[in-house]
Amino acid sequence: MILDSAIPSGPIGEKWTRHKFELKLVNPANKRKFSVIVVGTGLAGASAAASLGELGYNVMAFCTQDSARRAHSIAAQGGINAAKNYTNDGDSVYRLFYDTVKGGDFRAREANVHRLAECSNLIIDQCVAQGVPFGRDYGGLLDNRSFGGAQVSRTFYARGQTGQQLLIGAYQAMMRQVAKGSVKMFPRREMLDLVVVDGKARGIVVRNLVTGELESHVADAVCLCTGGYGNVFYLSTNAKGSNVTAAWRAHKKGALFANPCYTQIHPTCIPVTGDHQSKLTLMSESLRNDGRVWVPKKIGDTRSPDQIPEEERFYYLEEKYPSFGNLVPRDVASRNAKTICDKGMGVGQSKLAVYLDFSDAIKRLGASAVSAKYGNLFQMYEKITDENPYKTPMRIFPAVHYTMGGLWVDYNLMSTIPGCFVLGEANFSDHGANRLGASALMQGLADGYFVLPYTIGGYFAGTKLDKVTASAPEFEAAKKENEAHIHKLLNVKGKRTVASIHSELGHIMWENVGMGRNQAGLEKALAEIPALREEFWKNVNVLGGEGSFNQNLEHAGRLADFLEFGELMALDALHRKESCGGHFREESQTEEGEAKRDDENFCYVGAWDYKGVGVKPELTKEPLTFDNVHLVTRSYK
Amino acid sequence: MSGNMNLTLKIWTQKNAKSKGQFETIKIGGISPDMSFLEMLDTVNEQQMKEGKEGFAFDHDCREGICGMCSLVINGLPHGPDNLITTCQLHMRKFKDGDTIVIEPWRASAFPVIRDCVVDRYSFDRIIQAGGFISVNTGSAPDASAIAVPKDQSERAFDAAACVGCGACVAACKNSSAMLFVAAKVSHLNYLPQGKVEAKRRVLAMVDQMDKEGFGNCSNLYECEAACPKGITVDFIAKMNREYLGATAIYAEKVYGEEM
Repeated sequence: MILDSAIPSGPIGEKWTRHKFELKLVNPANKRKFSVIVVGTGLAGASAAASLGELGYNVMAFCTQDSARRAHSIAAQGGINAAKNYTNDGDSVYRLFYDTVKGGDFRAREANVHRLAECSNLIIDQCVAQGVPFGRDYGGLLDNRSFGGAQVSRTFYARGQTGQQLLIGAYQAMMRQVAKGSVKMFPRREMLDLVVVDGKARGIVVRNLVTGELESHVADAVCLCTGGYGNVFYLSTNAKGSNVTAAWRAHKKGALFANPCYTQIHPTCIPVTGDHQSKLTLMSESLRNDGRVWVPKKIGDTRSPDQIPEEERFYYLEEKYPSFGNLVPRDVASRNAKTICDKGMGVGQSKLAVYLDFSDAIKRLGASAVSAKYGNLFQMYEKITDENPYKTPMRIFPAVHYTMGGLWVDYNLMSTIPGCFVLGEANFSDHGANRLGASALMQGLADGYFVLPYTIGGYFAGTKLDKVTASAPEFEAAKKENEAHIHKLLNVKGKRTVASIHSELGHIMWENVGMGRNQAGLEKALAEIPALREEFWKNVNVLGGEGSFNQNLEHAGRLADFLEFGELMALDALHRKESCGGHFREESQTEEGEAKRDDENFCYVGAWDYKGVGVKPELTKEPLTFDNVHLVTRSYK
Repeated sequence: MSGNMNLTLKIWTQKNAKSKGQFETIKIGGISPDMSFLEMLDTVNEQQMKEGKEGFAFDHDCREGICGMCSLVINGLPHGPDNLITTCQLHMRKFKDGDTIVIEPWRASAFPVIRDCVVDRYSFDRIIQAGGFISVNTGSAPDASAIAVPKDQSERAFDAAACVGCGACVAACKNSSAMLFVAAKVSHLNYLPQGKVEAKRRVLAMVDQMDKEGFGNCSNLYECEAACPKGITVDFIAKMNREYLGATAIYAEKVYGEEM
């Protein structure tokens, strides 16, 4: 298979403008004749549904939660980047583009990233107009901060709840379209299948989570905005309901899955307390702007942190990376925390934590200024740990947070199945091997507000779509197949709970496909995952019925997909013998222990084609070229 | 680290909206004070399932206090016995060994029970659909810095915008009033210059929809404020009432015709 990324020709700064002009248009009066399914109502889904509705398309939006406003974008804390240069510190679209390509460790497409940077300013305008209450200064103008290793202040923020405020904006815009009738909302529905008719995506099969009924929905295009797959690790910062099912089922219908091994481990999460742990809580990495990371110099030092004098503290990030210090990118900060803890230098009961200390910031700025910046994060930390971070340093440890891999899409955000578009975290396109802080919100909204509304028009205008109904054999077959799958889950009637198997899968993934990966570990995972999958299908016990609200059945269905997907992730990690971004391959490191990229052999997108459960998928490579940002080794020293 | 708390739980069980519900009593041991309340319920469900029983249904998602999905009345208090948190942020250290804990769903006719402690809150979405937005299409926004917003005004709007739409205010109210929720939503937008254009239409339409959904009225007992995980204060209700009064006098006829 040859992957056509459909990147327009011309200089990088003109590609998107030229492409928008060259895309065929759908006449305003004809838009209502096209229907679009949007799955997922996070930033990508809600912004897409609202914008398509405003244009006049007939939109059907689906989410698993009881309200569209609860999608997990809501949990993003820190901020959203834009190249506004309001701070006069030398930012520009080109610099945001440059930083994002470099931050992604040269594994993203230049053209996509430049478009993202171009859209960034429009997003801020749009959100402010919707009433998103971004932080402002006393002159009433918008405030910015530096975030996640950026050397300019380009991050817009809304206290510690930027994701929630942006999502409320997009959700309200979508609700306005619901009232107008251009968007029809289907809450508490889970997509189980993508239906392909004559080679084109023409609808989905969903399970109504309240009644258990399987429903077919027909449309002229399907947009998957279903987020990332971090919960393959069981413990992650994702919401409990986040899953890979929609993306995985589309993959099984022919959509290639790109770079599944690219996972982001976030450095500032609250450490695990025990086996009962059900999820991990992230604290915005903006905390690293003022917090200093350290551990005691002496291994096994059990004194409380305030008893450890300055000279006996090891500020390892500041020492190792003098120019970036505590603000090194996420992958570097996470890996260093792991290395320190592997050496036995960790703190707290589990020794799997490092300190994040605000005492200097409190001395310098005062407790009230620190509270104004981070108050809600401090409160959250105290509620969870019962420790007051104004008085004692926080304990932090890395946790799985974001997945850069996803369904392969071309420049139009279309997957390898015509008519199936993929937006936001669910696609692979813009963050390469490592996502910079405050870039996820930007990408979700760029895709939904400013990219898809153009490119979907080009698809409709240039494609002949025959009339299809829900009684088409393809829909009937998909429904039957999924009914059978549900029966199979309910009829294993083994001895183990769904959660216990999920937790075991998470353990395999974290140990072998986590922060540091090597051939032996990955091969071990590739043996253990299929074995666990077999155990699941022999010995799981899914309780309750199919015709009712059944959270256990929902979880089982998602786990069944994770048990297939995890294998692909390990396989992708095994084949990529280089270290890049969030993928640290232990065999590929410099003498100082830094990641060593291999541009000669791995400067490509690895996209996998499904061949069956347990059958080796086929790899197709999309070569990456860098004409504007020259390939250099990332250095944060 | 496993714990040693022993608890007696009385959990509301109900098959669906139409059937009659009842409390079921469960004993559970080995609970750690570091567990969140929902992790305690996970432990209960794991135990139930090992015994071949289905487990209790309760809503949850982000488990970090921002999505607004979790919704339990614990010992009579929405989100339980702690301030400024959602149920998922409640920890077992707030309870003692030997305690009996009563767990119920949000109770309001506008929030019908789906199963056990899971309710349907789509009525909140319909209130937003009625007017909880600023009418600006994608692409038509002016530059973000074109309008300066005084910081205090912006902060007030934010205090209201912090609402997570969980519905604890409704569950806490003896009238099942949604005034705090609607007031927060109205105030968020009406405090901002961008939202002023539609301010009057918005408050009228949202209050109208609130009434249609069957939420009750306000008796000024402020239980909603006490239950709110995000610290939304009742002075927003006063603001909404002021705005509503002003809007009724001037705009009602224009927007809604004679009947109002």
